[in-house]
Amino acid sequence: MATFFGEILSVHSRAVEEAEEDENEEDEEILKELDETREVHLEWYQSKSNLMQCTNLIIAVGRNAASFLSVYVLTSANWEAVGHASLSNAGNQNICGQTSIEPACVFYRNKDIPAVILCKISGYIEEDQQFQWTEKVFGCFKQNGLSVTVLSDSPVAEYKNIDYASSSSTPFLLCLQTNSSTKNPPCPLLEQPNIFTGIQAAVLSHCQVNQIPAVAYQCYSDAISPDSITMETYKRAFTSVGDIKVGPLPSADIINKFIKTNQIQSNLYI
Amino acid sequence: MFIPVEATPPSFKGFTLILPAIAVGNVGQLAVDLIVSTLSMKRVGYMHTDCLVPMAGPNPYATSAEDAGELHTTAEVYTDAEKKLAALQIRSPIIQSRSRKFRKLLVSWIKASEFSRTVVLSSSHAYQRDDQQLKGTLLRYLVTPAMQKVSGPALTELGWMEMEKLTPFPGMVEAEPRLSVPGGGITKGLFTDGCQEELCLAVVLVFCSEGDNVPDAFTLVNHLNDWLLLVDSDKRGPQKWKVPGSWKLLFGNSHPPSIF
Repeated sequence: MATFFGEILSVHSRAVEEAEEDENEEDEEILKELDETREVHLEWYQSKSNLMQCTNLIIAVGRNAASFLSVYVLTSANWEAVGHASLSNAGNQNICGQTSIEPACVFYRNKDIPAVILCKISGYIEEDQQFQWTEKVFGCFKQNGLSVTVLSDSPVAEYKNIDYASSSSTPFLLCLQTNSSTKNPPCPLLEQPNIFTGIQAAVLSHCQVNQIPAVAYQCYSDAISPDSITMETYKRAFTSVGDIKVGPLPSADIINKFIKTNQIQSNLYI
Repeated sequence: MFIPVEATPPSFKGFTLILPAIAVGNVGQLAVDLIVSTLSMKRVGYMHTDCLVPMAGPNPYATSAEDAGELHTTAEVYTDAEKKLAALQIRSPIIQSRSRKFRKLLVSWIKASEFSRTVVLSSSHAYQRDDQQLKGTLLRYLVTPAMQKVSGPALTELGWMEMEKLTPFPGMVEAEPRLSVPGGGITKGLFTDGCQEELCLAVVLVFCSEGDNVPDAFTLVNHLNDWLLLVDSDKRGPQKWKVPGSWKLLFGNSHPPSIF
């Protein structure tokens, strides 16, 4: 296609990747092998029967949501790591030989309240791994009596609304829940034409088709790295989750630890 | 995998199935949106599979505040029992390495559900047409041998044009003309599978370019309506189709007022 000025551009489609004209068995083999490298592996440190007591699964995905769990919840009570998921994709590869300190996705359990499992996803789970991750994780829990909460974040630029969202209104929280969830959510529902994608969408879809009550909260924020104001917004969602108490505002030291690490990573020139 | 909404799975026996191919300009999906929205079709099940990118959202066809918050997922099946019509809407791209698996899944579901006929709504790059395709209408169709027996004469009577088979380098190389649907995603594969599996399947497609593809969707759905008579064909133009609420802000938010 030529532009007004005559340059020739290759045409891309939003909708389709050009399919190969001739598929053959060899390609199929290669695709199969590639698919195997994208496998999600779950590892539990305790016997799986312990997980069956879980009635409240709380998943935090995205940097703000994961930091919220670390800062407000995991520091305030008696939590232990019970398992993790490992997966390989471009987003999780270490940059410049840095060794990653923790796995992309870790599961925690409160020693006093065994019915609650927290899942903190700080890494990246790619589109083709999201469905598989969800199926595998939910396969470990008893579906009956389970209730699910997802905390996630999104840049405010992705929020579509007739009224322009001014910077004073961010960060804000919106939610979506499955039809079997009877909760009265503490924040407005997401409205069309907005959608959820990513793990939050995979979890909601799984819960919807399996009739598991689930609510997903998404915080729309314009902050590039986690900050205390954005993290505060999740407290509203958390007041309605089970017996878990959100700790008081943690000490500046703890918050700084999370904010500082991000500052270092975002600096191009170090 | 098809998962019904209610405990008793719906019967699709004798139903006509309409589904989109994820193709250039998302025209097929837009057209299915118009059909589901206009006929107020009822959601009867989900197509829950790892072949599609996960996505969830509020009700795209909401008519009141009460049903607006209802959760909808990547791929869902809707029916209109009176018209014996079913529609599969697909709302996200197919994961490329699993497109063959997805086609197999669709074909086996179509066979198991005993649909009387299947219509795939699709599109193809307008800029890749060859000389003979530049003439006349932008709309084309393809039918499997089984569909040809049932509906072939009706389509000829309507004056529809069949998708041409093309030679790779016209006028230069003597080669067997082949079917090609550039930008059509799984269209060609699904059609070929349909021929092999003896499905009663038709593809209806429009040549278009990326951009505002809403007019293309109306063109395609009006054309389909000439054959399937889904809505009253007396009314012309877009008025007879109900645009769903999910189409608003198709090109993003309005400008920030503070820039002036």
